[in-house]
Amino acid sequence: MSEHIAPKKLYFFVFASLLVLTLLTWQIAYVDLGQWNIVVALAIAVGKASLVAMFFMHLRWSGSMMRIVVCAAVFWLAIMITLTLGDVLTRGRVVPSQGWHTSAAILHTAAPANQQR
Amino acid sequence: MSNSHAVVAEQFDDRAQQHEASSLGMWIFLATEIMFFGGLFTAYTVYRNIHTAAFETASHLLNAKLGAFNTAVLICSSLTMALAVQAAQMGKRKRLITYLLSTMALGLVFIYIKFILEWHHDFLEGLAPGLHFTYAGPHASRVELFFCFYFIMTGVHALHMIVGEGVMTVLLVMAWRGAFSQERYNPIEMMGLYWHFVDIVWIFLFPLLYLLGARF
Repeated sequence: MSEHIAPKKLYFFVFASLLVLTLLTWQIAYVDLGQWNIVVALAIAVGKASLVAMFFMHLRWSGSMMRIVVCAAVFWLAIMITLTLGDVLTRGRVVPSQGWHTSAAILHTAAPANQQR
Repeated sequence: MSNSHAVVAEQFDDRAQQHEASSLGMWIFLATEIMFFGGLFTAYTVYRNIHTAAFETASHLLNAKLGAFNTAVLICSSLTMALAVQAAQMGKRKRLITYLLSTMALGLVFIYIKFILEWHHDFLEGLAPGLHFTYAGPHASRVELFFCFYFIMTGVHALHMIVGEGVMTVLLVMAWRGAFSQERYNPIEMMGLYWHFVDIVWIFLFPLLYLLGARF
């Protein structure tokens, strides 16, 4: 149950980890990793958010009801982002008259079809 | 009214059930908050994908040092908030008041940096869409779009902090009057959940707005 009282030491350890991760994400932003910059930045952010949720927000000691609510919220967020990007990122790859294409060569033939719209 | 009535409300069997109910209610509220901020994050992601170069240029115009410092300030305030909840759980009134005050002070430092050192500076630099936008570099209209996102997202986040400061003031007065004890600290814990959530939102805002600007 979440009426568990966590020791001060644990809170300070989580706090120190959060500060180290902040420093890391800030410094990594000045290093060119190409496509990986965004992946690393978001991975560190997810890690920090998990630390806050698990320990500061007591999820680690909470009942399964609370975990279900959190998972549902994250899952719905994932639906919103995935389906939206699934639309936006594939626009221009689908030519109404020709169906689904992924090859870059076909994108050129798709361009005039787009302009007509 | 007997003491047990003050601790457990009429509709609950015992403290554990009351505690579970209030936590669940708070988490469901936070789930709606995730959807609220999630919409902004999704819109930001979509436009960043369309205008990647312009958004990176615009991100350069923000002060990453102040952003990183503010992240640290907010993490400190989360620590003091967690310690305030712990003090409440153990029934330590003085420590609870001290930690609540430090959390509020750190929150005010964050808001001061955000509004006075950042927003005010951005406004003077001519980066405020609609009010004073004079940036004339490449992709000017898309840089303006980035700053719309920047001001709305950080603004809504700061508004949540101001609301938190208000609620915490009420809790501080209650704590001062001795309203909380080892048996009754739910309001402090729910305040903690809210405050940590606002921290989590900033944990995502900081890299997305300040850091993904190809600063190398």
